[in-house]
Amino acid sequence: MSTPVHTSTRRPRGKRRIGAHAFLIILAFYFVIPIWWLLVAATKDTAGLFGSPAFWFSGDFAFVENIAGLFEHQGGIYWRWLGNSFLYAFTAGAGATIVAVLAGYGFAKFRFRGSGPLFTLILGSVMVPLTALVIPTFVLLSDYGIINTPWAVILPSLLNPFGVYLMRVYTQDAIPDEIMEASRIDGAGEVRTFFTVVLPMLRPAVVTVLLLSIVVTWNNFFLPLAVLTDPELLPVTVGLNRWTALSNAGAGGEQVWNLITSGAFISIVPLILSFLFLQRYWQGGLATGAVK
Amino acid sequence: MTTQATELDPETSRRLATSGSLLVRRRQRWGWLFVSPFLLIFALFLIIPLGYAFRMSLFTSTLAAGTEFTGLANYTRAFTDPLFLEGMLRVLAYGAVMIPTQLIIAIVAALVLDTLTSWASKVTRLLIFVPYAVPVVIGALMWSFLYSPRFGPGATIFDAFGLEAPNLLGPDTIFFSLVNIVTWQWAGYYMVVIYAALRSIDPSIYEAARIDGANGLQTALRIKIPMISSSMVMVVTFALIGTLQFFTEPVVMQSIAQGSIDAAYTPNMYAFSLAFSYSQFNYASAIAFSLGILVFIGSFLFLFLTRKQSGLK
Repeated sequence: MSTPVHTSTRRPRGKRRIGAHAFLIILAFYFVIPIWWLLVAATKDTAGLFGSPAFWFSGDFAFVENIAGLFEHQGGIYWRWLGNSFLYAFTAGAGATIVAVLAGYGFAKFRFRGSGPLFTLILGSVMVPLTALVIPTFVLLSDYGIINTPWAVILPSLLNPFGVYLMRVYTQDAIPDEIMEASRIDGAGEVRTFFTVVLPMLRPAVVTVLLLSIVVTWNNFFLPLAVLTDPELLPVTVGLNRWTALSNAGAGGEQVWNLITSGAFISIVPLILSFLFLQRYWQGGLATGAVK
Repeated sequence: MTTQATELDPETSRRLATSGSLLVRRRQRWGWLFVSPFLLIFALFLIIPLGYAFRMSLFTSTLAAGTEFTGLANYTRAFTDPLFLEGMLRVLAYGAVMIPTQLIIAIVAALVLDTLTSWASKVTRLLIFVPYAVPVVIGALMWSFLYSPRFGPGATIFDAFGLEAPNLLGPDTIFFSLVNIVTWQWAGYYMVVIYAALRSIDPSIYEAARIDGANGLQTALRIKIPMISSSMVMVVTFALIGTLQFFTEPVVMQSIAQGSIDAAYTPNMYAFSLAFSYSQFNYASAIAFSLGILVFIGSFLFLFLTRKQSGLK
């Protein structure tokens, strides 16, 4: 930093920009390279996976064969898994969001007795270890005979305390009391006030909570691992893990490395795309959570 | 947290006092109504299972005697069980390495991104966040392929120099291999949270600092970081809770790093295998509860020690 004083207003700044951009490129490289690897690997057959450079395409493009393989292996069960993931993530995500929007509004705009301690309790529940919930949930669901059904994954996934927190914080800022008062004075009941006045103003937060809830269920591994044993019901995360364990342990016939890589690649595309297209929403939503 | 500081003029408060109680009661009822669907789910899938698990943890079932009430015996057993204690120490060690690593990457990246407005910085911000959209299972699978001496690029690179590639999946190296996976998966999320907090700072403060002669680094260290300390506390709390519950990544790596990760590698894995491989639901519940108690103490201590930074009481 021995730049003469009179040029110091310009040159260090330019240098710093270059340094900063170099830093960012390295960082971006680190975060993207595994995904790039997966994209490349999805186009290789098993021989190519072992025998060609890891970060570049091999001679023959086997992506189509891999897709065909996913349709053939174990009767195309991969697509069942993918469908299950969609089913679980969207039902649980939508349900959790509806519940969180209502609760967030209730906590933000109504002072009822006990609401403060109750909200603290809900926030504190984030600390409960998953095993402490999954083990008794497993036993209870077995008792009621809904173990090993889609409900065993969907119902417990409706619980999303963080969604309630985000909705509460957002509602507090986005909905002025005056608007609710005005609507009430106009003779609208609480239900109509909520649906016609409040809900439209909450749309960005609703999209955020919906997206985050879907992601949580889509990514869930612990719960389905515990409550599902029927291979037909597994979500794609548990299914692919099962294939990997078999391929690592098993003989040649069970080694389906090319199907694992192409299946994994296909399974991450929908979420990455929705994050890219909905970035306006989740960035705002996470900001809400961050600033409070 | 939030006080509705509405100053009422005498006229309004008099009106509220006369007609208030009925209105207030009606409002209260609506509050409960809006919150009730969540409370139902909260009770069904959190309170009841937790209560049930606690009850289970107080019993012991043996083939000879059936199920009998044994009080806190399972807890004494847990806190003297070397497998549980070693797992606990292991996740603490993971926390000690992983949380600072993630936090530093997230803060530096957020600070750098905050000073730039180029399209490249916007693209980078998205790219750093992308791993968050990848399921943890898939993230761990990808990295285990990359670590693998059979497929991984590591082997190719070291081969070219005639060296033997280090085994990234061995008992000594698995620790850092796992730290890397978790950092890769979560640092972007933390970065977005911290970046959002940085964006919410009023830029006129920077102007004042610049006039006072502060350079970029000083502004970052003395102004920006103190002003985002509450988001940093939030990030570390999440990271702490997550690390103590370490589960998915080591489970996925188990089949690939054969012999490096045992069934009691982390307390959550231990409880899981006790319950689902050995059907010891009572003792597994005690382990899960003991972990929960330690998570609670840990987060509470952390929030207490940082109460000044976080602005919480």
